[in-house]
Amino acid sequence: MHKYASPKIFYPFAGKLLPWLAALTAVLLVTGIYLGLFVAPPDYQQGDTVRIMFIHVPAAWMSMFIYVVMAAAGAIALSWQVKLAEVLASACAPIGASFTLLALVSGSLWGKPMWGTWWAWDARLTSELILLFLYLGFMALQASIEDPRRAARACAILALVGVVNIPIIHFSVEWWNTLHQAASVSKLGKPSIHIDILIPLLVMFGAFKAFFATTVLMRMRNELLERERETQWVAQVVEQDK
Amino acid sequence: MAALAHAITCIVRRDVTVAWRRVHDVVLPLVFFAIVTSLFPLGVGPEPNLLRELAPGVLWVAALLATMLSLNRLFANDYADGTLELLALAPHPLSVLAIAKVASHWLLTGLPLVLMAPLLALSLNLPDKALATLLYSLLLGTPVLSLIGAIGAALTLGLRGGGVLMSALVLPLYTPVLIFGAGAVAQAANGQSAEAHLSVLAAFLALALTLAPWATAAALRVSLD
Repeated sequence: MHKYASPKIFYPFAGKLLPWLAALTAVLLVTGIYLGLFVAPPDYQQGDTVRIMFIHVPAAWMSMFIYVVMAAAGAIALSWQVKLAEVLASACAPIGASFTLLALVSGSLWGKPMWGTWWAWDARLTSELILLFLYLGFMALQASIEDPRRAARACAILALVGVVNIPIIHFSVEWWNTLHQAASVSKLGKPSIHIDILIPLLVMFGAFKAFFATTVLMRMRNELLERERETQWVAQVVEQDK
Repeated sequence: MAALAHAITCIVRRDVTVAWRRVHDVVLPLVFFAIVTSLFPLGVGPEPNLLRELAPGVLWVAALLATMLSLNRLFANDYADGTLELLALAPHPLSVLAIAKVASHWLLTGLPLVLMAPLLALSLNLPDKALATLLYSLLLGTPVLSLIGAIGAALTLGLRGGGVLMSALVLPLYTPVLIFGAGAVAQAANGQSAEAHLSVLAAFLALALTLAPWATAAALRVSLD
């Protein structure tokens, strides 16, 4: 297993996985969007606006999931100096930031007809915004350190500090103010949303996960080529692609 | 153990002496605190009731920004003249030495801010009954700001545009302290008990005191590489 952590072996392996992941993303995304837009019934209160949720909720889940992945990769990079984990952490940040932004924008589009305002200082909106700032800080720190190994270690520390802080920030903001409705899917056993809405939501969640896996592998491959540009195997890869 | 205690007192004494010789470094954050606080009445109007409403938040945000501006002083000079490398080579855990640095930073920035806050609070019409809570909340909160800020200062040591970058890293992490700090004062100003808010602030302090020095030490080692 550990041999896949070597860039030389990981690069072609990820290359083989990519078409499959991309196809899975496309299938899930098309199915999810079809189910969400045409099959799922409109909500009795929210009408068709509820369909924004099929983008918003998975994006919000992904924004937190990716941060945790990033911090875990950072911890591995710090403890065992695994180069691949450093590359994974840095590849996660822009994707996570995009999902956070998508969650914020789609939430705001949903908030206008539902709450009558584009933006409310509601607990979850605010903690999502702070999460975006954490991602941006991570990316800014990475961009301002030239040496990639030093940048990776500094960013890993920042990601770990962030991951300890995210729950604290979340609960503080929740205590401070809340307007957002309580989580409806996390109640395992008997979710309080209807199955016709739950299924497209879960399909979209799978689609976003597959999309993340695809893009993160693409970014990792690019960064590996750049970091290892002096090595033999990159020269071979470049030679083959000519 | 005695050697470690000696090292800590040496660091604190040295930092305080250095700051005393260049006293404007200590005074500037205070001036900033006063200026920012007095900008608010100019911006929102001198209406006493409005100012009383805004006072807890304004005082806390201003104290937070003043702390943040002083953070680059925490390690920058020691980094420039090589003291920091000697500290890292010292036969003591760097995390404990980082606590000593943070302690002297708090003595030189946090504590003066705490002492000055009641004066500015009066200018904003904060009710007298909230003054004690303002002091307590700042006493519990500003050390947390220094501890978290030390991580940011250590991470951005020697980088281009370090100041702005540091604020981008540190400010999002400051939000919980701001919420409970300003919340405590607002509760007291409304005549309610601020005990819950102050307890949470104390919990933040305990947590930051246990975890932040590790992160600071790790970040310093990265920056010194």
